[in-house]
Amino acid sequence: MSEDFGFFIALILNGVSIGLMYSLIALGFVLVYKSTDAINFAQGEFVMMAALIGAVVVGFNVSPIVGAIAAVVIVLAVMIGFGFALERVVLRPLLGRPIVAVIMATIGLASVLRGLTPIIFGGETRALPLPIPDDPVVIGPATLPPIQVLGAGVAILLFVGFNWFFKKSRMGVAMRAVADNQQVAQAMGINVERYFALAWAMAGIVSALGGIVWGSMLGVDVQIAVVGLKVFPVVILGGLDSIGGAMIGGLIVGLVESLASGYLDPYVGGGTKDFAPYLLMILVLMVRPYGIFGKRQIERV
Amino acid sequence: MFHREAGVFKTTYASDMALYPLPIAKWTMVGLAVLFAIVLPMTLEEYYLSILNLIFIAVVGALGLNILVGYTGQISLGHGAFMSVGAYTAANLAVRLGLPFWLTLPAGGLMAAFIGALVGIPSLRIKGLYLAIATLAGQLIIEWTINHVPAISGGAQASIEVPRPDLFGLVLNTQFRLYFFLLFFAALAIIATLNLIRSRIGRAFIAVRDQDIAAEIIGINIYRYKLLAFAISSFYAGVCGVLYTYYFGIANYEAFQLIVSIDYLAMIIIGGLGSVLGSIFGAIFVTLLPIVLRILLENVGLLIFSESELANVISGTRLAVFGGLIIFFLIVEPEGLNRLWRNIRSYFRVWPFSY
Repeated sequence: MSEDFGFFIALILNGVSIGLMYSLIALGFVLVYKSTDAINFAQGEFVMMAALIGAVVVGFNVSPIVGAIAAVVIVLAVMIGFGFALERVVLRPLLGRPIVAVIMATIGLASVLRGLTPIIFGGETRALPLPIPDDPVVIGPATLPPIQVLGAGVAILLFVGFNWFFKKSRMGVAMRAVADNQQVAQAMGINVERYFALAWAMAGIVSALGGIVWGSMLGVDVQIAVVGLKVFPVVILGGLDSIGGAMIGGLIVGLVESLASGYLDPYVGGGTKDFAPYLLMILVLMVRPYGIFGKRQIERV
Repeated sequence: MFHREAGVFKTTYASDMALYPLPIAKWTMVGLAVLFAIVLPMTLEEYYLSILNLIFIAVVGALGLNILVGYTGQISLGHGAFMSVGAYTAANLAVRLGLPFWLTLPAGGLMAAFIGALVGIPSLRIKGLYLAIATLAGQLIIEWTINHVPAISGGAQASIEVPRPDLFGLVLNTQFRLYFFLLFFAALAIIATLNLIRSRIGRAFIAVRDQDIAAEIIGINIYRYKLLAFAISSFYAGVCGVLYTYYFGIANYEAFQLIVSIDYLAMIIIGGLGSVLGSIFGAIFVTLLPIVLRILLENVGLLIFSESELANVISGTRLAVFGGLIIFFLIVEPEGLNRLWRNIRSYFRVWPFSY
């Protein structure tokens, strides 16, 4: 009995830490959707790009700590620049166009990034080692890889940070105003286009950190972009425009995955982990499409 | 298609809806039919016929997706999966029951239509982004199911070998024979779509796309028509999947992954949303693009990349060029190649006396 219970707790803890790492990526999606109503199907590719650049920087083999700091700084700078450039070149011309156009544009972008990165960086899998201890972290009956704990920590820090940003800072409030009603925001003297660009840059920041953490955990190659597909169950569960929702959604997806692979895999022969979140998502879409914390302004047909 | 009109002299709705606005248009069609049915297969080599064959298959799928996305204004990221549903249905029927293609083909289409309508159910409540995500989930779930249920996928590598179709004892095992087989279905799909769009159903689709609330007010049951659009579109996708299966002689889920859904979306966006001709242009363009890229890169790429890198570079370039073209057309010419074609035609309409 107690062994069963220990197994359960281990699954829960693993689910929570993985879930927080999912919500880290989902956060980038939510930030963009919340303030610009644009949908980023390339979130996974953002993460891939950040991880690749990080791996290249670390690959220069200076001392581990300097390398890691340099990687974080450079990746952040590149991704912020990329966010700004992307908004200017791709998203702004599509303002006011049907939502399908924006979806397709970001899918096209995902395809471009996925195609170009192996050409530029080569196809092999790179390592992205971070200067953290190798010993697994033991919490009660569970042993977690240290990178998961780090990832969960980064996610929590970002959530606290963005929560403060949106609630208290002047920029954050302006951003919420833009999200709420673009015309009124403009009338109040807010430069709407600048905040759109800012939102994409913030998505760049989140992807940069997410990319470094995920890349360090999985190893870096094109396949890492698949993590981006997990974003959708997370944001649908939590609500597309809710930062807290991204966190809760991530936790739910992480838990569902962990429990499903712990309890169901022995019966069906594996792989439930890749499947259960989407099933859950479809159910949520049918019952409560705006998610747990999303605004109830979904357009009914 | 190629004629120049002197003006618009239509006085009835019937003449406005006619497939052939002028007698010469009918002769153009006859000319095209002769070209494709007699001249091309007699003159082209095997390799070029195989390219045409791939284009024919893609035309069927692109037309189906265009009915859903271009005409009804829904979105589907799950068409690759619907194709796989058709492919595996037909493969199982053909291998286990030994059914001929004229039974497995509609069966595959119908099965795909059923699954497509099922995946389309969320469209009754949600649209835009949410529908895109729901169909994406459909794609991933169907992929997973096929891959993990040996009863469907036939066990090893999740692929089923299928015997070539035979027609009155003639086994369609060469590109030349398959050419006529595939040409027939591509032509059928084009004619069916042209007629579907001018029917009551087609007009209802367009009304739902343009303004769903207004469509409901004028008495269109939008729930029914949205599901119908999903079903018809998936039927095309299923048939397309069956054709792929017969063409390659194998049903393999790897040929129908998410990337395929995106390829087909690229086809209709590059070709032109809401246009039959556009679907055909898109299918041609997207099928030819990787071939042209490969030829280009094999000749030029060796200067920059090593032999072993080149395979990587080619697949990468293909993805990147695809994505770039999608973005380019969305921003610069949302109506796609079809619009460019119309621009050319309207330029020559009054040529050489513009104004």
